[in-house]
Amino acid sequence: MTFSIRALGVSAFLFGAAGAASAAECIAPANPGGGWDFTCRQIGKILHEIGAVDKPVQVTNMAGGGGGLAYSHVVNERNDDPDLIVAASSATATRLAQNAYAGMTADQVRFVGAIGIDPGVIAVAADSPFMSLRDLVEAAVEDPGAVAFAGGSATGGFDHLKPLMILMEGGLTDITKVKYIGVDGGADAITQTIGGFTQAMTGDISEIVGFLKAGEVRALAVLTEERVPGFEDIPTAREQGYDVVAGNWRGLYVPRGISDERFREWAEKLAQVAGSDQWMEAMAANGLAPFTMVGDDFQGYIDSLIADINRMSKDIGVIQ
Amino acid sequence: MDILANLALGFGVALSPFTLTLAVIGCVLGTVIGALPGLGPSNGVAILIPITFTLGLDATSALVLMTSVYYGAMYGGRISSILLNIPGDEPALMTTLDGYPMAKKGRAGDALVLSGVASFVGALLATVGLMFLAPLLSRVAYHFGPAEYFALYLLAFCTLGGLASRNQAKAAIASCIGLGIAMIGLDNTSGMPRLTFGHLHLMDGVDFLVAIVGLFAVAEVFFFIESHGRNTSIGVRLERVTVPVRDIAASGWTMLRASGVGFIAGVLPGAGASLGSFLAYMSEKSIAGERGGFGTGVPRGVAAPEAGNNAAAGGALVPMLTLGVPGSGTTAVLLALLMTLNITPGPTLFTDRPEVVWGLIASLLIANFVLLLLNVPLVRIFVRVLQVPPWVLLPGVMMVSFVGIYSLSGSYFDLLLMVGFGALGYLLRKLDVPTVPIILGILLGNHMEDSLRRAMVLSDGDWTFLFSSPIAIGLWLAAVAGFVAPMFLRPLLRKPNAGSG
Repeated sequence: MTFSIRALGVSAFLFGAAGAASAAECIAPANPGGGWDFTCRQIGKILHEIGAVDKPVQVTNMAGGGGGLAYSHVVNERNDDPDLIVAASSATATRLAQNAYAGMTADQVRFVGAIGIDPGVIAVAADSPFMSLRDLVEAAVEDPGAVAFAGGSATGGFDHLKPLMILMEGGLTDITKVKYIGVDGGADAITQTIGGFTQAMTGDISEIVGFLKAGEVRALAVLTEERVPGFEDIPTAREQGYDVVAGNWRGLYVPRGISDERFREWAEKLAQVAGSDQWMEAMAANGLAPFTMVGDDFQGYIDSLIADINRMSKDIGVIQ
Repeated sequence: MDILANLALGFGVALSPFTLTLAVIGCVLGTVIGALPGLGPSNGVAILIPITFTLGLDATSALVLMTSVYYGAMYGGRISSILLNIPGDEPALMTTLDGYPMAKKGRAGDALVLSGVASFVGALLATVGLMFLAPLLSRVAYHFGPAEYFALYLLAFCTLGGLASRNQAKAAIASCIGLGIAMIGLDNTSGMPRLTFGHLHLMDGVDFLVAIVGLFAVAEVFFFIESHGRNTSIGVRLERVTVPVRDIAASGWTMLRASGVGFIAGVLPGAGASLGSFLAYMSEKSIAGERGGFGTGVPRGVAAPEAGNNAAAGGALVPMLTLGVPGSGTTAVLLALLMTLNITPGPTLFTDRPEVVWGLIASLLIANFVLLLLNVPLVRIFVRVLQVPPWVLLPGVMMVSFVGIYSLSGSYFDLLLMVGFGALGYLLRKLDVPTVPIILGILLGNHMEDSLRRAMVLSDGDWTFLFSSPIAIGLWLAAVAGFVAPMFLRPLLRKPNAGSG
């Protein structure tokens, strides 16, 4: 029995699952295993469990163009599909702000909401001379080339922007002088920092949990409004005098062409998921902190986020 | 003693009738996935993620299933390399060089058994290495910065010239084509798209599986069409299948050395199984010298890359488990699967979750033995593929290629690209340009470029940074030796040959 189910699963994978018309579909714009895939599978599962949708939500993986292929698919081919949701995160906003989706813009879809955030973090090796965020910022303001950062996103990506926002708060004007290397993921960034090749690591808190426990890194700051539950001994950047709040939120967008009523329904359903026990569990297991913002509030948040990223990307020369 | 106690714990977790059944299913599934062109270990494991989700498998069962598919695919990749000259996946690329010529000599069965044993030795040694050395080896990654990685990739490219026995210039041209293709996509250092012509499909670059299937499988079909199906290089002679004890014994040292090289390459994050099998093959080739006959179908040329890539597959688990840094595409997917099971790899995993780590090690050992037992008798079935007439076999290969590539991204664009690569492969083979360096250029080009660019960012463009550590200097010396040595050694070695011949 088990085997036949597996065989079915494999053949569905091989030949591309055909969508049932009436069930809701969640597109994860990446291969299985990443953050977007997690968003679709968890939210999809919980939506069904709490009865917000009748049938199980079907998850489709559509990797390509850093989420751009799925974006273009939704805008061009599914613009009025009321049963479609798509996983989104800070990376989606960053790429839209930097025109990385071949000229498509953020107003071509509607952002429903975010229901969890992976808080941003700045960490150094355990033997680093920098004991606080202030030490690090002051050293970098004095000589911007002295502190090199490693992060899991490409130059101009969200991990790169985080230290730049802090350094600008600290009074650094020429942010183009700050050294940043984009490596393959947060764990790789820590490895480079512990190895002494870079002085600090910029990433998400979930990426450094194991290294914190082993005592190999010291987290100088989390980029949240309040200290993160479970990590109370890490001060926020805000307490240290740098008003920067940045994290990798997990959320959804839907096609532009659906009715306002349907948009509100999705926002409500997402809020229900955010309040469920299952979601609390999933967040705790994956190092996410609560961050719920749905409907028009979220659209406003996205618009200002995109404007900020766009401005900063121009400053560092990622876009003209 | 500690290790034995831990291992007992691991087997206690991993050994039950249910998990053994899963292991056998996983091994068979993995072998098939590995053998099919376009489907490799990373797809094989990726399939598992949604399945573990829906079936609600517990962590141990999921681990057993996943490792047996992983190792199964690593074993399976060699089958189509040897029988059809089409690598089943990227680590099996180097096995085509001697495996297919050996099959053409009528020794397909021998090549399959020998490579199966080599795979077993490589995987077993790597698992033992993982058991004893993992916490120690995890520190190695801390000594590899951008400069060291650049020198490592350079070493690989410097030995490429030795790949083409007749014309080194053509090998160089081929690797430049590969490097050019690797440039396509989003540039990691500046965030700028390169050579994408505004196409979203090209933003992530060209998937090397698309290139492999195009250059090997599709090109083969074009040749078949050209010859109107009369004679094709596919369809080798078939003789009885025995266990080639003499070849296995003669390749003993080769397997051990190749396992060592592969394991080290696997331990370094980012290098992966492809680099492992490549370096294993090239080092064995240089040890054997001109008279070793590498490239003409010698048993050692089959044993080296298979021991190397399976050892690298095991080695890649070291940084994945101890640092959370995936050493290859497949371990990146494995990492994601562990995360969905609420297991966070990192420096404390070995002490925090011994049952997971040792359960995994025990399942690796189980999978490895199951695969050896499955593979040797199964060779008789595999070689029957060669009795299938080409006019049945090749359309089948074509169909599997299309389905496999479509399953990667679900995009028809990749299919067009694959056919494009097929045409390129056809053209290049007409011009006698080797295609293996193209794939290596695509596989390693981005890593090499990123390392160089990162080094330049960190050092403010100071080139001496590239020679600033003993490890980097050592790798540079090896690279220079690998590049220059064949030029001087070749004429020296050729003389006695010419004299005797």
